[in-house]
Amino acid sequence: MELLSGADMITRFLADEGVEYIYGYPGGAALHIYDAIHRQDKVNHILVRHEQAATHMADGYARATGKPGVVLVTSGPGATNAVTGIATAFMDSIPMVVLCGQVASHLIGEDAFQETDIIGVTRPIVKHSFSIEDPSEIPMILRKAFYIATTGRPGPVVVDIPKDMTAPTEKYEYVFPKKVKMRSYTPVGRGHTGQIKKAVDLILKAKRPILYGGGGLVLGGASELFTQLAKKLNFPVTTSLMGIGAYPQTDRQSVGWLGMHGSFEANQAMHHSDLVVCIGARFDDRATNNVSKFCPTARIVHVDIDPSSIGKTIRVDVPIVGTATSVLEEMLALLDESKTQLKADALVDWWKQIDAWSASRAGRIYEPAEPGETMKPQQVVEAVWKATQGKAYVVTDVGQHQMFAAQYYKFDKPNHWITSGGLGTMGFGFPAAMGIKLNKPDEEVVLITGEGSFQMMMQELSTCSQFGIPVKIINLNNQSLGMVRQWQDLNYQARHAQSYMQSLPDFKMLVESYGHVAMKVEKAEDLDAAIEKTFAMKDKLVFLDVYVDPHEHVYPMQVPQGSMNDMLLSKTERT
Amino acid sequence: MRHIISILMENEAGALSRVVGLFSQRNFNIETLNVAPTDDPTLSRLTVTTTGDERVIEQITKQLNKLIDVVKLVDLTEGQHIERELMLVKVKAVGAQRAEVKRTTEIFRGQIIDVTPSIYTVQLAGHASKLDAFIQALGGSTLLEVARTGVSGVARGEKVLSL
Ligand SMILES: Cc1ncc(C[n+]2csc(CCOP(=O)(O)OP(=O)(O)O)c2C)c(N)n1
Ligand SMILES: [Mg+2]
Repeated sequence: MELLSGADMITRFLADEGVEYIYGYPGGAALHIYDAIHRQDKVNHILVRHEQAATHMADGYARATGKPGVVLVTSGPGATNAVTGIATAFMDSIPMVVLCGQVASHLIGEDAFQETDIIGVTRPIVKHSFSIEDPSEIPMILRKAFYIATTGRPGPVVVDIPKDMTAPTEKYEYVFPKKVKMRSYTPVGRGHTGQIKKAVDLILKAKRPILYGGGGLVLGGASELFTQLAKKLNFPVTTSLMGIGAYPQTDRQSVGWLGMHGSFEANQAMHHSDLVVCIGARFDDRATNNVSKFCPTARIVHVDIDPSSIGKTIRVDVPIVGTATSVLEEMLALLDESKTQLKADALVDWWKQIDAWSASRAGRIYEPAEPGETMKPQQVVEAVWKATQGKAYVVTDVGQHQMFAAQYYKFDKPNHWITSGGLGTMGFGFPAAMGIKLNKPDEEVVLITGEGSFQMMMQELSTCSQFGIPVKIINLNNQSLGMVRQWQDLNYQARHAQSYMQSLPDFKMLVESYGHVAMKVEKAEDLDAAIEKTFAMKDKLVFLDVYVDPHEHVYPMQVPQGSMNDMLLSKTERT
Repeated sequence: MRHIISILMENEAGALSRVVGLFSQRNFNIETLNVAPTDDPTLSRLTVTTTGDERVIEQITKQLNKLIDVVKLVDLTEGQHIERELMLVKVKAVGAQRAEVKRTTEIFRGQIIDVTPSIYTVQLAGHASKLDAFIQALGGSTLLEVARTGVSGVARGEKVLSL
């Protein structure tokens, strides 16, 4: 039997759970835990420069690896600084465990120094939360926290730890709980076979079908099975923004991603389809446009691990609650056994139509800059795609650059497109990229950001020098809050209220002051060489400040309140 | 439509605030709410009456089921059920009203459980609509205070909500 203090139990538990890195920032209420971290060498702590960055680092790591990210912050301001990152993870169902120091139990409720009811503050943005009331509970509560964060529909779990729970003088028996069972929580398993059969019947009868994959395929490790199904059926495949990479985008059957800035052909195909088979997406408002005009002729099959996602925003014909992998396996088996089989030419007309939509390249045409001209953001992303052979982990912030990255980088593998989709958190990208690079040092990790977003978390340049985290940063510098500016161009007669950035720093000097490499590119003819140089410096953080056209808009863009295929295709064209 | 949803949940700190928070966070409606531990002290039973169309009620039950502290729930209005609510009413009882209040209480099978020279405190249990009717019937009297527990209920017959 082993006797450990609460603080030592925490570090010991994390080691036993297989946690290699935690991201955090110390403070009074967490100091016993920090001392315990100092006295062991299994769990490495990465000291960020702002707690929000700790949550995004953990989040990025989780998105790229499927494993839970772990964060440690102190009470009060430490915990409240983490809130944006917790909400970001919650909206995209990312597994994360956030350990928060808290004032000692006897002070709770007295407005003690650095006391915040963080359980209350985070209640609507966590999958669950725990408060430690007795140090002996620490191993079991942490085990439950990891279990809840990683199973079913994943999400962040907050554990509030009053300082007296970690006092070094009081020791308790420590055993790593092998099993965890909760009568009130049973993660969803297989889908209902009867329902899956119904779905397969519809699939076999469809004339204008489309497969629609979401982030659930990526989180659930179901991309391969999804690809198998698509190949077997020869159906066109679209994904949500979060599902990018769940199906190889360079494959012939891929019509790109759908929604507000999705591809012309994806939105057209959805609108005209007679069957939408959605797996692991939640039909959010940026994907469906006006729900009352959504896919007017389609039957809808919806597979999701979360029953509350089904029927929430749109009417569904065949709901299936289950894990993506189990349902896909069963669908594939049923298709193999089925007496009726797809006719080889059943979809000829449908594909003819889709190929025509794709060939039009509608909404995708931009004029690359001539030598001497300011670059188009699209061409920068295309150059990055080529330079990295489409294999990099591409992380973004939020804005036009995010949409350009999604449109012009082609992803053939899941878990490589890393973006804050649900919450749309500016500042997410840099720390998320750091979290990935730290854990995958041999992989190329590229941040595509904007000068607005980058300034929200640029203090982390310091963390990167301390821990040697050589991410590559492509700053699509349009000297404005481009996405806001675009909406103002379209909806407010180009009145640019607070959407331009005055007093931008000299990013090159700024980045260099932290000991990193930086380059500024202003002309199209210098782009390729600069990108080549950037990726050649394997062990350096390189910041490429690329000046791009501030007047560029992201197209296609769905017309608000319209149907899926109601799109602006350029500043002058509309479907 | 009005629905009565009964929930068995872990009797733990924070469980109630999660349930109540869910309703405000998702813009669901709460008309009445009551909660107390059951015969098993590790479980609380919470009953909420709410209104909404089919889609809203479906979301409410699904979202509630997602809460980790919720062990089981039932929408009692989906089947035959019995619902009761308890009310305590303090009403002015002077002059002619004194006899009138007493008579009305008897008609509704309520009990006067506290008396002063000028006040009756009436206890009444029953279907929520009966409590409403009683208050209506007391129309002429001066109501000083009304305390209602919110609806509690069970399914009729064999069906039970338990682990
Ligand atoms: C934290 C946060 N605040 C505000 C917004 C609203 N917003 C969305 S995009 C955007 C502009 C982003 O500017 P930049 O990072 O320069 O990207 P660009 O659109 O110019 O490519 C803003 C302000 C947001 N998404 N996140
Ligand atoms: Mg910008």
